[in-house]
Amino acid sequence: MDDSQQQQPAALQPPKIPWRRDPAVRALFFQGALIAALLWAIVTVAGNTARNMEERGIKIGLHFFDDVAPFSIPLDFFPFWSFTLGESLYWEVFVIGVQNTIIISVFGIIGATALGFFVGVLRLSPNWLVAKFAAAYIEAFRNTPLLLQLLFWNFAVFLPLAPPPRQSWTLGESFILNKAGLYLPNPVLTGIGTVIFTVSAVAAIAAIIAMRKWAKKRQEETGKPFPLFFASLAVLIAAAVLALLFAGEQVSFEYAELKGLNYRGGARLPLIAFALWFGLTAYTAAFIAENVRGGIVAVAKGQSEAARSLGLHHGATLKLVVIPQAMRVIIPPTISQFLNLTKNSSLAVAIGYPEVVNVWAGISLNQTGQSLVIMAMTIGVYWVLSLLTSAALNYYNTRVQLRGR
Amino acid sequence: MENGNTENTEKPAQNGGAPPQNGNGEMCMSLNAVNKWYGEFHVLRDINLEVCTGEKLVVCGPSGSGKSTLIRCINRLEEHQEGRISVNGIELNDDLKHIDEVRREVGMVFQHFNLFPHLTVLQNLTLAPIWVRKTPKNEAEEMAMHFLKRVKIPEQAAKYPGQLSGGQQQRVAIARSLCMKPKVMLFDEPTSALDPEMIKEVLDVMVELAREGMTMLCVTHEMGFARTVADRVIFMDEGQIVEENNPEDFFNNPQNDRTKLFLSQILSH
Repeated sequence: MDDSQQQQPAALQPPKIPWRRDPAVRALFFQGALIAALLWAIVTVAGNTARNMEERGIKIGLHFFDDVAPFSIPLDFFPFWSFTLGESLYWEVFVIGVQNTIIISVFGIIGATALGFFVGVLRLSPNWLVAKFAAAYIEAFRNTPLLLQLLFWNFAVFLPLAPPPRQSWTLGESFILNKAGLYLPNPVLTGIGTVIFTVSAVAAIAAIIAMRKWAKKRQEETGKPFPLFFASLAVLIAAAVLALLFAGEQVSFEYAELKGLNYRGGARLPLIAFALWFGLTAYTAAFIAENVRGGIVAVAKGQSEAARSLGLHHGATLKLVVIPQAMRVIIPPTISQFLNLTKNSSLAVAIGYPEVVNVWAGISLNQTGQSLVIMAMTIGVYWVLSLLTSAALNYYNTRVQLRGR
Repeated sequence: MENGNTENTEKPAQNGGAPPQNGNGEMCMSLNAVNKWYGEFHVLRDINLEVCTGEKLVVCGPSGSGKSTLIRCINRLEEHQEGRISVNGIELNDDLKHIDEVRREVGMVFQHFNLFPHLTVLQNLTLAPIWVRKTPKNEAEEMAMHFLKRVKIPEQAAKYPGQLSGGQQQRVAIARSLCMKPKVMLFDEPTSALDPEMIKEVLDVMVELAREGMTMLCVTHEMGFARTVADRVIFMDEGQIVEENNPEDFFNNPQNDRTKLFLSQILSH
């Protein structure tokens, strides 16, 4: 290379950069080195684990999926996949674990979002007491470890509060509350009953959608608002009552009954699930509340001044002008909180809620020793859940971005 | 005045009593011995002001003199602590109903436009009529287009505020206020944030509005505008109305030393 440079006049030839100082070469080199190091680490760890398992006589593979799981899962949710001791297989344990993780995460996210928005807005209230109360809530919950809070709610609050099964709090035969949870009547549909209930549910939803359209049209034409929420509620209740009347004999209720030491039958909301949901919601809501407060504060003061000077009330200003603009600030950090909640649900191990880490990466791994497969699958579950959550919210976030900026 | 303002008893130089020239004599707005403090800072001192329907007032003065605070008190974006303010016969006090009523009567245009960036121009204009006046949507949109034509940008209706120039945004802001059919318009330095080229298009709209008989209270340093449009010019300094006169006498024959200094500063270029 040096030769060619000398043959031509130096002015015409761009100065040659030695490869050590070429940014493109450097980038390629470091990327290559990183990939090589990663591959080496993965191969070493996997090889090590595989060798260890072989020494202990464990054959790596998915063959254990169809083995009967020799343990019982302490609780399962009615109407979802449930566990039967001595019959259920390992892959079903996995499905139940994932299902319970998803259930607690979805309800936790819903609860934490609602509570977080509420507390975040309250914290900005001009009312001194309300604002300080919200601030105290946030500081109390985000400054103690979640594990401690879960133990506290489960073992110090809900379990001691709820009565033992024999002294259950009951409301007729329908609602029974004790240390095991809340029992509700389990509707059993037979014959045409199923059809009637399906039809009425579909009809109610269709009616609500039609009503929404009509209400929007009426407001556009006459300016009159319509109490959509209460009207929808009324439609749902009416549909349920009508379906019950029509179904008559075709629908019956299975009530929980005290058999021996415990209630059996009925639909049960386990107390542990409630305690976990409560703890995750209360904890995550404190963080979301701060995101909401930050988002609202980030909206320029002139925006609410303009809205107020047009005659909009405080609530309408918040709903129509401030929150829509605050959302673009609120969403990105709130995605992180949703992911945290999903991952934090694995702390349920401490109070015995059967989510995926507990029953799969815990009990099943201990029983089978298939650490490589089980750990990879558990990690995969969280990856998939997290990436799906992010994708959904990022899609929403791009839709609330300001245009023309 | 009755409140006995001890530390600063200089009374406004009421040169010739400044009778309303364009108003029909009907009282539209009155401020009576209004005082306001920001903490320790006495921002409005004993303000007395009466505005007749159809009158156009220009308020000027050095920065920090309380002119913006004064007009922000008139639609209760700021609260006054002493004295009385009434607009169209509605007393402005802690009664929320009165505040709502006054805000519906009084339109406001801000220095930084304060358009809602998440809504289109048309939605900016129809938001308050739909939610506050309960106007049917198509009626509100018709009215919005009418006012957009008046400020000469009907073709921008579907755009977002961020896609418009400063002058266009301020014209949209004026149209947004007009959609609420206000009796009084307040302007808080409407051209101070604009490029020189865009000031004219906004002032033109304001002049036209004045010709149509709108009652206007305008904080501005556009002295040309004050000369052509104002019935009265008010000069404020340190929270007081120092001088109040018709524009001709105000500019040609200022009485107060502070006014003279101010005018010489801003007219020297």
